[in-house]
Amino acid sequence: MYSRWVVTALLVWPALAALVVLLAPARWAKYLALVASLIEFAISAPLWWVFVPAGGMQFILDAPWIPGWGIRYTVGVDGISLFMVLLTTFLVPLSVLGSYAYITTRERGFYALMLVLTTGMIGVFVALDLFLFYVMWEVMLIPMYFIIGVWGGERRLYAAIKFFVYTFFGSLLMLVAILALVYLVAQRTGVYSFAYTHLTSHIGGLGPLAFWLFGAFFLAFAIKVPMFPFHTWLPDAHVEAPTAGSVLLAGVLLKMGTYGFLRFALPLFPAVALHPAVQYAIVGLSLIGILYGGLVAMVQPDFKKLIAYSSVAHLGFVMLGIWALTLQSVQGALLVMINHGISTGALFFMAGMLYERRHSRLVEAFGGIAKVVPLLAAVLTIVSLSSIGLPATNGFVGEFLVLLGTFRTYPLAAIIATAGVIVAAMYLLPALQRVIFNPLDKSVNEKLPDLSLREIAVLVPLLACIVWIGVYPKPILERMEPSARQLVQSVRLNAASFSATR
Amino acid sequence: MSLDLANSRDLLRALLPELALTLAGLVLLLVIAWRHRTAADVRLAGWVTLAGLAAAGGAAWWLWWHTARAIGVPAMIAVDDFRFVTDWLLLGTAGLTVLVSFDYLERERLLVPEYFALLLFATLGMMLMVGGDDLMVVFLGLELMSVAVYALAGINRHSAASAEAALKYFLLGAFASGFLLYGIALVYGATATTNLSQIGVQVRTLGLAGGPMLRVGLALLLVGFGFKVAAVPFHMWAPDVYDGSPTPVTGYMATAVKAAAFATLLRVLGEAFPGVPAWHQIVWWLAVATMVVGNLVALAQRTVKRMLAYSSIAHAGYLLVAVAAGTSAGSAAFLFYLIAYTLTTLAAFALLAAKGREGERDVLIDDLAGLGTRRPWLAFALAVCMLSLLGFPGTAGFIGKWYILLAATAAGQLPLAAILVLTSVISTGYYLPVIMAMYMLPEPFEQAHAGMRIGRWAGAAVAVSVAGLLLLGIRPNRLLDLAKTSGDGLGVAPGATAAAPPLQTSTGR
Repeated sequence: MYSRWVVTALLVWPALAALVVLLAPARWAKYLALVASLIEFAISAPLWWVFVPAGGMQFILDAPWIPGWGIRYTVGVDGISLFMVLLTTFLVPLSVLGSYAYITTRERGFYALMLVLTTGMIGVFVALDLFLFYVMWEVMLIPMYFIIGVWGGERRLYAAIKFFVYTFFGSLLMLVAILALVYLVAQRTGVYSFAYTHLTSHIGGLGPLAFWLFGAFFLAFAIKVPMFPFHTWLPDAHVEAPTAGSVLLAGVLLKMGTYGFLRFALPLFPAVALHPAVQYAIVGLSLIGILYGGLVAMVQPDFKKLIAYSSVAHLGFVMLGIWALTLQSVQGALLVMINHGISTGALFFMAGMLYERRHSRLVEAFGGIAKVVPLLAAVLTIVSLSSIGLPATNGFVGEFLVLLGTFRTYPLAAIIATAGVIVAAMYLLPALQRVIFNPLDKSVNEKLPDLSLREIAVLVPLLACIVWIGVYPKPILERMEPSARQLVQSVRLNAASFSATR
Repeated sequence: MSLDLANSRDLLRALLPELALTLAGLVLLLVIAWRHRTAADVRLAGWVTLAGLAAAGGAAWWLWWHTARAIGVPAMIAVDDFRFVTDWLLLGTAGLTVLVSFDYLERERLLVPEYFALLLFATLGMMLMVGGDDLMVVFLGLELMSVAVYALAGINRHSAASAEAALKYFLLGAFASGFLLYGIALVYGATATTNLSQIGVQVRTLGLAGGPMLRVGLALLLVGFGFKVAAVPFHMWAPDVYDGSPTPVTGYMATAVKAAAFATLLRVLGEAFPGVPAWHQIVWWLAVATMVVGNLVALAQRTVKRMLAYSSIAHAGYLLVAVAAGTSAGSAAFLFYLIAYTLTTLAAFALLAAKGREGERDVLIDDLAGLGTRRPWLAFALAVCMLSLLGFPGTAGFIGKWYILLAATAAGQLPLAAILVLTSVISTGYYLPVIMAMYMLPEPFEQAHAGMRIGRWAGAAVAVSVAGLLLLGIRPNRLLDLAKTSGDGLGVAPGATAAAPPLQTSTGR
């Protein structure tokens, strides 16, 4: 019962709750949204225990949707998507709680959109039918567009439309690629189906067109990740979005791109993905992303922009891990995806809290506030260290695994990427110093209030995860290992067999 | 039910929808002769029109329910599902237009019940045109439609823009009719028949495909239809005419007139010219030019009405992609898209008619600022329309676009599919600003939207359209099946279809 319906419940519940929030009185909106998102988390939490690591794809529900086109409603969870789903349901209640002070206008709309966004995000991670995947991929675009455009900062309109157009451009090309892929597979097998399992089991014989199809998927996902040079929408969107928007954008939405590579681009086009030229190009772009993101972050006066560029660097690690395609590197990439959601999410929460106190996002507006707000300063320090990747925090485990795994296939790339870890220290530590240490030279900062109970409630779960994953990542790693191993092996095997037959 | 159209009783049965509508038109004219002064009279005329449309729709349903098919020698009128489904579409469009017009006519003090008579006869012309299996019937239907719509465009005698629109439409429309008629004459000269299926047979058996007379005739036909559907480069009249006409009429022109011309084009090409490959190339280029120009020029528009005018040109381009596919899947995709597009555009124009106040002030996109907070339901409806036009998942527009892309890729037209999606990306540049203005900009001044009033019936029409859009976006199955069987029924010769795989589902049905 639970196994069969849990994923559908995760999709339907937030959408229903959004309707309730819209219809209820405005002053209840934030409480209703918090309760709804906590229930969502409660629905998803048992997944952690019920999930069987070696069981492959589980919690599957499969029903016909548009039979005339071979479209089915198929959802399921495996060791790769499990953590993305849990990360989403974990971050949404925190984002809702973290918005209480920031969102003061049109609350009903905001919280309803947050819940609709939840449906879209979960849908992307659980869809096992390419039509469903595409629909969910687009559906989550609208709530985020509104969240940025309505409740964002000064340049919100520009940021919102840029975010929308970039993503829409990539995803429409992917749409054509999906249709062409399904058609080509149908030509050979005689079965017209968008089902993931059907497509991945009949991937050979696409010929030179496979390169173009991969290119369309690559573009859609690379824009979302975002990979250098498709990253320019990200700083605008992150900076202008309200706190909750930034958290979910960094914590979950960016992972959709990397998840797309793992779930679709690699298994569907193994021969192209492992073609040396493609690999070198993507590994090269990942390295540029790591170093460039870090270097640009170093010179940002705006704290939120700094975090945004650090995301480019972190996601570079994920791409590197995925493309190195060893068990460790893929596991590391998955772990970095989780860690980035937690640490960068926490950083964006902190940036929001600082902004609510001073109404400025500039690093130089602060200084020496450790004396005034010791608790906030302590938390910010821990979170920054975890984002840098200090041992005993979560950041270290993930990046270490990526580097370890990458060293086996691309030793030079691993060495260059290691420099990226140092760069991370070079942009975050000075910023940290200028915000909370240094002399307290601005009189406005002398009366800042320390963390409120609500803010502590938002940050404590994140801190707990930072320490837990940093010290004892084994439960996570062992749950993702079989799926990651299976992915690496099947991609390598298929790629080898295609190049042999060619 | 098999109808032998040489038999006059069967012929009358096959023409039942058209006859019902004609009868309603005559009754309406009689009613108007006595009652044509007050607002109540206008409403009465509207209800008579609605009754007539409903009767015609019922007749079409009766024929469809009994799966009426023509047997015997080829006749003047086609009896197939494609005709019935487009009939419903046209009648439904007319019905929704009547509902929207009630409030509009009273507010603009256009107390002319002839408005409804013209609407009714225009619809009759469209039905004849779509159902015609003979170029002469097609031409007669087209003229009946056109003359009525010329008058509708200029129905507001107090508006100079309206008069300009009517004159422009009339002059260019007459010109286009000339092209069409000349094309018909040349095709007749080449094949010695005006019957569509007979032309197809003649072309095949006599090997006329390469003949210059036939090809010139076909080209002239395409020019004529290109004018009516506002395909680039024959689109010049559309923005001015759409802009100047009363808003409900614009909605009607952008949907029903276009739908009728397109459906006829599809039938003519599919039945008469499947053996002449030349048109594939022409339609391919028309589609590309229409999509690119329509979308690019729409970007530069400031007023909502002109933006929607260019957007309708862009959508003509998408529909041409379905025509260019030249397969039965293309016809089905065409039908589905046409229905989705019609619902969306009608609702959008109805909302626009509510916003534009007396004297038909031009509504700028920026004038919609702050509508989201003031009038949340109207803003929501317009936002759904914009997303559906954009082809966003969850709306009927997406399913329609998906279907066209599906048909295009299956016909091996991958470049055309790619151009379609790229131009769709451009279209975000003018659909999103509408949403952005409504939700993300503050109201320009207090009470900026106080004058916006949508009447009961227009509101109902919009609500039905928007609900339909959302429903079809999630659960399109029934309509897809209907479109598929109707598209299959349209006599696209097997020789013309591209090598498509046997489409079967993994599950069966």
